[in-house]
Amino acid sequence: MSWRGPDVPPQSQGQPLDAVLAALTALGALLLLTTGAAVLSGALDARAAGSRGTGLTRPFDEAARLLRQRRRRLVSADRLLWRVGTIGLLLVPVLMVAVVPVGSRAALPLDVGVLWFNAMDVLVWACVWLAGWGANSTYSLIGGYRFLAQALAYALPLMFSLIAPATGARSLDLPTIVAAQQGVWFLAWMPVAFATYCVAVLGFSVWGPLSPALGADLVGGVVAEVSGVDRLLMLAARYGLLAAGSLFAVPVFLGGSSGPLLPGEAWMLLKAAAVLAVLVWARRKIPVVRPDLFMEVGWLVLLPAALVQVLVVAVISVWRS
Amino acid sequence: MLVAIAFLALGVVAALAGAAVFTVSSMARATYALALSFVAVGLQVVMLSQNFVGVMILLMMMMEMAVMAVFMVMFMGMNPALMPMSMVHGKRASLGTAGSVCAAMVLGIVLTPWPARRGAPPPELTAAIGRELLESKMLAMATISPVMVATIVGGVALALRRTRYDRYGDDLERPADDPQPGGVGR
Repeated sequence: MSWRGPDVPPQSQGQPLDAVLAALTALGALLLLTTGAAVLSGALDARAAGSRGTGLTRPFDEAARLLRQRRRRLVSADRLLWRVGTIGLLLVPVLMVAVVPVGSRAALPLDVGVLWFNAMDVLVWACVWLAGWGANSTYSLIGGYRFLAQALAYALPLMFSLIAPATGARSLDLPTIVAAQQGVWFLAWMPVAFATYCVAVLGFSVWGPLSPALGADLVGGVVAEVSGVDRLLMLAARYGLLAAGSLFAVPVFLGGSSGPLLPGEAWMLLKAAAVLAVLVWARRKIPVVRPDLFMEVGWLVLLPAALVQVLVVAVISVWRS
Repeated sequence: MLVAIAFLALGVVAALAGAAVFTVSSMARATYALALSFVAVGLQVVMLSQNFVGVMILLMMMMEMAVMAVFMVMFMGMNPALMPMSMVHGKRASLGTAGSVCAAMVLGIVLTPWPARRGAPPPELTAAIGRELLESKMLAMATISPVMVATIVGGVALALRRTRYDRYGDDLERPADDPQPGGVGR
């Protein structure tokens, strides 16, 4: 018997330095967008509250406050699972942008990037539920269950809204999807898919209308008992997820890094920032939706809409070929 | 070499996490130990260049475990964070069965004269899987899908306490009367 070890996948044969550079570019873009989202959210909050300051430094003040705060200890908390949920959530946006070609290539150039993004979305389910479960607190636990109910409503619309661009490009590979948008952005002929995608991004970021898992009616829900640096990581992860969702929308719907004058990375950031700004702004404009109501919206409105969009895209691609 | 070590390490993680399922004392931990085991296997499949199948394993198994955790906790009817419980029963019989099956499989792996590889993988693996499933096996796929959907719908219909007569009245004519009205105004 001879075992030669697994085949080295073709995508890992590139220069290691290139991969490190691509990872740093993607991480930098994610960090910029995440901080930008937190600053914008702070400014919008300050303006709505009518406070004197601009609120631009709010995220930094809050980070400094949480870094100095002592961790809360709870009776019979499942500390391992709690920490996995609260700390692990920040890993999800990083893994999401790993497949996005921000510069010339992606840090992890998987040929099934669209599927990878979906898989990482499910990691959010695990983290949020574990964070809710581990605290051994009623409000946290209800928050965790709320998130799972909401996740079952947005998951399939998310998948099918990403299948539309994959069908249009005939590939799950992000560079191929970008190349297929040389003439027209996918946003132009898949607007419904883009809309359902944006709703799903709100969903997995537990943001705005889809944030009942962290609801004020549950005194914070999943984060009710999370304090100190854990709370900082978890709240930062929400902005990170919004940023990763916006960044992923660029190669899939907004033509990737194409654009005049400026370098590709700048266009990538600008387009993502535009999507992100709308998502952050939406929090103050749309009321929170109860998960049981959203369940029906997801299955009876969003999913059929995304399916019809896939059908339209499939018919157009067959007709054009 | 490095790839082989990583591959073996993932295998060890998968086996240890699988063993943890039976040694931890909480439903949530058992479920997510199983999820970790599946994630390690999925990553191994990705390392075998089967990216589509591997990432699909990650996606499906994590989703399945996230939902399964809810059902495990629900049917156990208690809070395992407060009341630790054993995850095993019928220890001797199951240990014997598992041990002998495992030994038989390892013997099979070692004793089988494995054939040398013939041919090479196609350049577009994902497309090849798609063609394999949806070209010659299309009839099987097209038959299995409605059967599965019918099973799910039938199961839910049997499990529901409230029937359509409770919702729409004896003549099925009045507007739906639900304890929790839905989000699109029914």
